[in-house]
Amino acid sequence: MNILVCVKQVPDTTEIKIDPETNTLIRAGVPSIVNPFDTYALEVAARLKDSIGGSKVTVMAMGPEQAKAALKECLSVGADQAYLVSGREFGGSDTLATSYVLSCAVKAVEEKSGENFDIIFCGKQAIDGDTGQVGPELAEHLGYPQITYASDVTFENDTIKVKRENDEGYDYLTCPLPCVITIVKTPYEPRYATIKSKMAANRAVIPTLSAEDLKIDTTMCGLKGSPTKVKKTFTPVREKHGIKIEDKEAADAAKELVDMLSDAKIL
Amino acid sequence: MDFKLSDEHRDLQAMYRDFAVNEVKPLAAEIDKTERFPEETVAKMSEMGLMGIPFPEEYGGAGMDNLSYAQCVEELSKVCASTGVIVSAHTSLCATPIYLFGTEEQKQKYLKPLASGQKLGAFGLTEPGAGTDASGQKTTAVLDGDHYILNGSKIFITNAGPADIYVVMAMTDKTKGNKGISSFIVEKGFPGFSVGKHEEKMGIRASSTCELIFEDCIVPKENLLGEEGKGFKIAMMTLDGGRIGIAAQALGIAQGAIDEAKAYVQTRVQFGKRLAQFQNIQFEMADMQTKIDAARLLVYRAACAKDDHEPYSHLAAMAKLFASETASDVTRRVVQIFGGYGYTRDYPVERMMRDSKITEIYEGTSEVQKMVISSWMGVK
Repeated sequence: MNILVCVKQVPDTTEIKIDPETNTLIRAGVPSIVNPFDTYALEVAARLKDSIGGSKVTVMAMGPEQAKAALKECLSVGADQAYLVSGREFGGSDTLATSYVLSCAVKAVEEKSGENFDIIFCGKQAIDGDTGQVGPELAEHLGYPQITYASDVTFENDTIKVKRENDEGYDYLTCPLPCVITIVKTPYEPRYATIKSKMAANRAVIPTLSAEDLKIDTTMCGLKGSPTKVKKTFTPVREKHGIKIEDKEAADAAKELVDMLSDAKIL
Repeated sequence: MDFKLSDEHRDLQAMYRDFAVNEVKPLAAEIDKTERFPEETVAKMSEMGLMGIPFPEEYGGAGMDNLSYAQCVEELSKVCASTGVIVSAHTSLCATPIYLFGTEEQKQKYLKPLASGQKLGAFGLTEPGAGTDASGQKTTAVLDGDHYILNGSKIFITNAGPADIYVVMAMTDKTKGNKGISSFIVEKGFPGFSVGKHEEKMGIRASSTCELIFEDCIVPKENLLGEEGKGFKIAMMTLDGGRIGIAAQALGIAQGAIDEAKAYVQTRVQFGKRLAQFQNIQFEMADMQTKIDAARLLVYRAACAKDDHEPYSHLAAMAKLFASETASDVTRRVVQIFGGYGYTRDYPVERMMRDSKITEIYEGTSEVQKMVISSWMGVK
């Protein structure tokens, strides 16, 4: 099984503090980490690798040079090789442009290695942008089937079995390969690095794929290729007051809520 | 002079810290209360390579150095001093003498499983009548054909019980005093070897401390470690290295206590102010952190000297003396800052205070460290 995991380096939001004067995030000095959902995706991939002989896990990140630190982290906990997709042309990419760049990188790596990926994993979303769009868009760019919000993936009788949580329980799904699967928090924790794997990862040389390597249409990436326009970012003011619907059966409470929202002309 | 850690040391330090906070800290209060040896933690540490940090990969080790090993013990001890000493006694007192003085066969047979963490190690020197005066060994070893016969007992042996492999000192020639002491590798299960009374201790309660009993214990001749009569020297050199581990443990306890205090003084309000706003608290915290940083420099200096194959006995002694006294001082002052809450088991600082005391006692008391340092100074 040839597996790719797409990861993103994000600021460790647990370390972000809010400036009490301006009410904005203080990002200075905040350490970078591998997006936690991507670490779960990598663990799912590493477990698949462990269970299927001859498997290989590749990780890929788009970002500046320092994102190599995130890739090294991945190399120490189950990934066999890593690629950084980096270049000025990619700066300012929104999810559509990012997923386009990643799809080109997938093809470039496949061409270079002569091997196609069977499964591409992504975390369900990144904790900084929280859009959850890159995985699904990557599948669309590649024309692959996709399963989103999976909590575990196993390989049984030559097919993949994907466990997906829903409100009532679990769906067990399968799909033809190659495919894209996005991963939520798994029932198990990602493995720890060992001293040896950590040191080997530190010594690893991570190739960078540039716009030229990807033979990419540069009008479709970076700010130029991004239809998303950010008008303003702000921390929403927390309004403490609200209305509680209490002492009611769920169905009655829902009906009352709908009535209230209709009356307020929200619905 | 370079006070900066290499990228490798920093990365591994972060890895140790992560493991300590997520896997070791949640157990610390429970295993202290119940005196339970944390086997599950040892298994996880073995998998990660933490049980053989300074040994070459060819002997099952992680191929790192003593500085990284000290940092590992420090990070573990910040949250659980018992876990810190399990690693320290295993690495410094059992695996190290086999690495330094063992034959190739002994290294293959014993160092490999120790350094890879498949087996746990311990060290037996102390006897009821031979503490600081380690030369007063009563345990005897008599050569009888192709094996030695050991008789006697050892007390206060860290990791005894769970340990599989023991480096044990015994008298092979009473007439020669120190030079009549020899060192042996004893396996759990050797005929005549048993683990005796389990000590109930004030601190490091999750670390197993027991008596070793040798009753006509049969030890194969090839398990003599080093030459006959060199046991005392082996023991003293082993303890020199061990002191770096214990100094790192003390350093960790002290830093762990002040980390708890830092969080507490930010939230605890008295007289309408957070404790952190009182100048007395600010000065106490600054004073303690300065002492801890000084201790850290001493510990890292000793570890680096050992890695560089420089004489380090006096450096290890200074590190242990200062770090252990800092740990006792800081934990006592931190309990004072916490007040009544600090005296309860709802907070970890009383445990840290109990854990700190032993660092001034084992692997050479503070007084022994002063003997080593003054002797190095030529003050005799």
